[in-house]
Amino acid sequence: MTRTDVVAETTCFHCGASCEEIHWRDDKPFCCKGCETVYEILDSNNLCEYYNLNLTPGTKTPAITDTSYAYLDEPEISAKLLSFNSPSFASADFFIPSVHCVSCIWLLENLSKLHTGVVDSKVNFANKTVHIDFNPTRISLGTVAGLLASVGYAPRITLEHEKKEKPRTDRSLILKLAIAGFAFGNVMLFSFPEYLGIDQADHTLTRIFAWLNVALSVPVLFYSGIDYLRAAVRSFQQKQINIDVPIAAGLLALFFRSTYDIATATGPGYLDSFTGLVFFLLIGRWFQSKTYESLAFDRDFTSYFPLAVNRLSEDGEWKPVVIYHLKKGDTIRIRNLELIPADSILLDASAYIDYSFVTGEAKPVKAKSGDKVFAGGRLIGTAVSLAVEKSTSQSQLTSLWNSDAFKKVNESKYKKIIDRAARNFTWVVLGIAALTAVYWYVTEPASMWLVITSVLMVACPCALALAAPFTLGSVLRELGKRQLYLKNADVVERMGTIDAVVFDKTGTVTHGQDPEVELMGELDESELAKVKLLTGFSTHPLSKFVHEFIRKSATGSVDDFRELPGKGIQAHMQGKVYKIGSAAFTGFHEKLDQSASYVFVSIDDEVKGYFMIRTMIRRNIADMIQRLGNKCKALLSGDHETEKQPMTYIFGSNTTLLFNQSPHDKLAYIHNLQAKGNTVMMVGDGLNDAGALKQADVGIAVTDDTGVFTPACDGILHGSEITKLDKMLELTRASSTILKSGFAISFFYNAIALSFAVSGHLTPLVAAILMPISSISVVSFSTLAVKFVANRKFKDIT
Amino acid sequence: MSIIALLISISLTIALIFLGVFLWSMKSGQYDDTYTPSVRMLFDNDVKRPDEKETAVKAELKK
Repeated sequence: MTRTDVVAETTCFHCGASCEEIHWRDDKPFCCKGCETVYEILDSNNLCEYYNLNLTPGTKTPAITDTSYAYLDEPEISAKLLSFNSPSFASADFFIPSVHCVSCIWLLENLSKLHTGVVDSKVNFANKTVHIDFNPTRISLGTVAGLLASVGYAPRITLEHEKKEKPRTDRSLILKLAIAGFAFGNVMLFSFPEYLGIDQADHTLTRIFAWLNVALSVPVLFYSGIDYLRAAVRSFQQKQINIDVPIAAGLLALFFRSTYDIATATGPGYLDSFTGLVFFLLIGRWFQSKTYESLAFDRDFTSYFPLAVNRLSEDGEWKPVVIYHLKKGDTIRIRNLELIPADSILLDASAYIDYSFVTGEAKPVKAKSGDKVFAGGRLIGTAVSLAVEKSTSQSQLTSLWNSDAFKKVNESKYKKIIDRAARNFTWVVLGIAALTAVYWYVTEPASMWLVITSVLMVACPCALALAAPFTLGSVLRELGKRQLYLKNADVVERMGTIDAVVFDKTGTVTHGQDPEVELMGELDESELAKVKLLTGFSTHPLSKFVHEFIRKSATGSVDDFRELPGKGIQAHMQGKVYKIGSAAFTGFHEKLDQSASYVFVSIDDEVKGYFMIRTMIRRNIADMIQRLGNKCKALLSGDHETEKQPMTYIFGSNTTLLFNQSPHDKLAYIHNLQAKGNTVMMVGDGLNDAGALKQADVGIAVTDDTGVFTPACDGILHGSEITKLDKMLELTRASSTILKSGFAISFFYNAIALSFAVSGHLTPLVAAILMPISSISVVSFSTLAVKFVANRKFKDIT
Repeated sequence: MSIIALLISISLTIALIFLGVFLWSMKSGQYDDTYTPSVRMLFDNDVKRPDEKETAVKAELKK
């Protein structure tokens, strides 16, 4: 007898996802509070028609807060977003990724029924944008965005994107295409006498037709084809030959040769080929841009890393907030060694700021209360509060991340190859074209011009130039989806060659969150408060645990704060010397249970007590280490050998386990490995191993709250995703194979097509069609291959 | 054969007119979104509209 399990699945009335925990409302099931809220809003406004147009039209909506779009009301920011602005009328375009069906259109176009301040809204389904006209006296821009988010259509705000004004350039391309197409059609019509061979009958008529053709071709060359000519001129100005030169040369050759033929009445010219060529080139360009748009659309977004900083909220608590939500007047707190995310005014008495990331000058600069401090500086010493002066954008910090100070020596290998190839290639193409011209001039002068043009068209190595950015770009995106945010595409290349991985312990192998903390010793209330205050200045994971463990409010003035990496922190408070840190640092000599970490507190060199901290080892990390196998070289820890036992269990006997490592020791260890010929990846928390991260070929900072920004690293990995690290390495290795295959395909195309063109079997028209097809196939191949490999690699890992 | 010259000029003029019409429709944004208008015309206009004041009050309360 077999037993049948029947599982009745309930799906959400709003979004159609299966419900794990059902929220009932009006006899309708909802999967989460967010979906239910959207339904409530729509129901109370008589907008439930939304659910009739399409079943489960919503997208899963996490409950959001009203404040998250408040920064849009800053005049500077809203000016960037508004397309029209007057006191009583304004309009803005929002990009809404979740638009996907008829119901979406219906609801978004009925926004005015949700809020009277909205005058009108129009959806552009193709671009997933909505154009909203509203009355600024009744509703602010931020509230409009909040309103959209409240019904499940959170707009994606990107200030950088808004500036580009994409549609206009797109339109001009289509205009150029229209002109070229028009001319192409008519030129073919006027060339009919030539095609049918009736030129003998009426000579004057063919002359008129020929001149009409010239007239039609002029705008094709000087309007439709102007981009190619301009690119060629620019390349000559920069004294560098680029891949547009052969195309421009081909166009000019065809046009002037034909005009010369017609003017001297020696022949009909090739103006039908010429106009058709431009027409197909432009179609190719248009199709290419469409393909790239759909493939590369969210590259900028997902490959960004989320950054947060502590901001003083209205109820007097420090809460982390994403940095681009900072606005003028916010009070933020920066801890020792953290970066200043935005230009601000110093609120505390004094601070030392290290601007070496910005200026290269290593000596810290002293700032006094009221001084302006600039984004990109790093705080040395006591944590300070700052008042934000200027809101910041993610891209600013990303560009900082990419600044020269952190550039690794080994430059991108493929970029160099491509640069050199493109330059040499163009010369080779021109050379081949010249040789072909000589050959055809001798054997068959009549078809020389067409053959040259075909050669010039088809040899364009643009597919070659596109393979690398698209392969590496999609790897960046796939990794970004799995919460590894790499600095740039070069890192992907370097990651692919890694053969040694070195781990830091605290915050990397062990959890950065929810430790067991126990307090031993005699610390009174006020001393505990001071310890909380001091540990709040430090970014070391153990300091953070102690800071979170003590539940007291802490205020007071701190002098002479110093953080000694690998030892602890030291400061003067009310005439007493506080030392918080390791046993040796504070002068503690008794033997303690070796299975936990300790933070000792001494006041005026007398040990008052200690915190015993047991951090949890991350789940499933042992499996990952096992899969890494021989590649996993070492564990470097700044702590005592307290956790040697469990670490040996995880890492096995083949891995070197080193404890009591100072930041300098870690750096030296990495250096040694490199000297032995290894390509090293360092995985650490980026605080007391920043030097090692920078020294390593690839340095990955692991973080749990995405708060700490370490420009020395090459990537930021979310702590929970560390168990996928081995698969990520495999993906980057596979990407180099994919890239090579892309190069091979592109080269194959060029070689075959060129051989046909040289032998005169390929007309310029076919060449013009073939060229974009080759680029598109290479681009699609690399993007899809990366996606396929990524999905397969990460399938079994949770 | 002069009739051909006449026909040619007429055909060219008509072609130019169509090109002009296309450019105009292009510039006025008719091709920006080819899907939404086809759906928009099917929506009912007579969605029961609650009293405007009521909506405004509700929105105020939500704040």
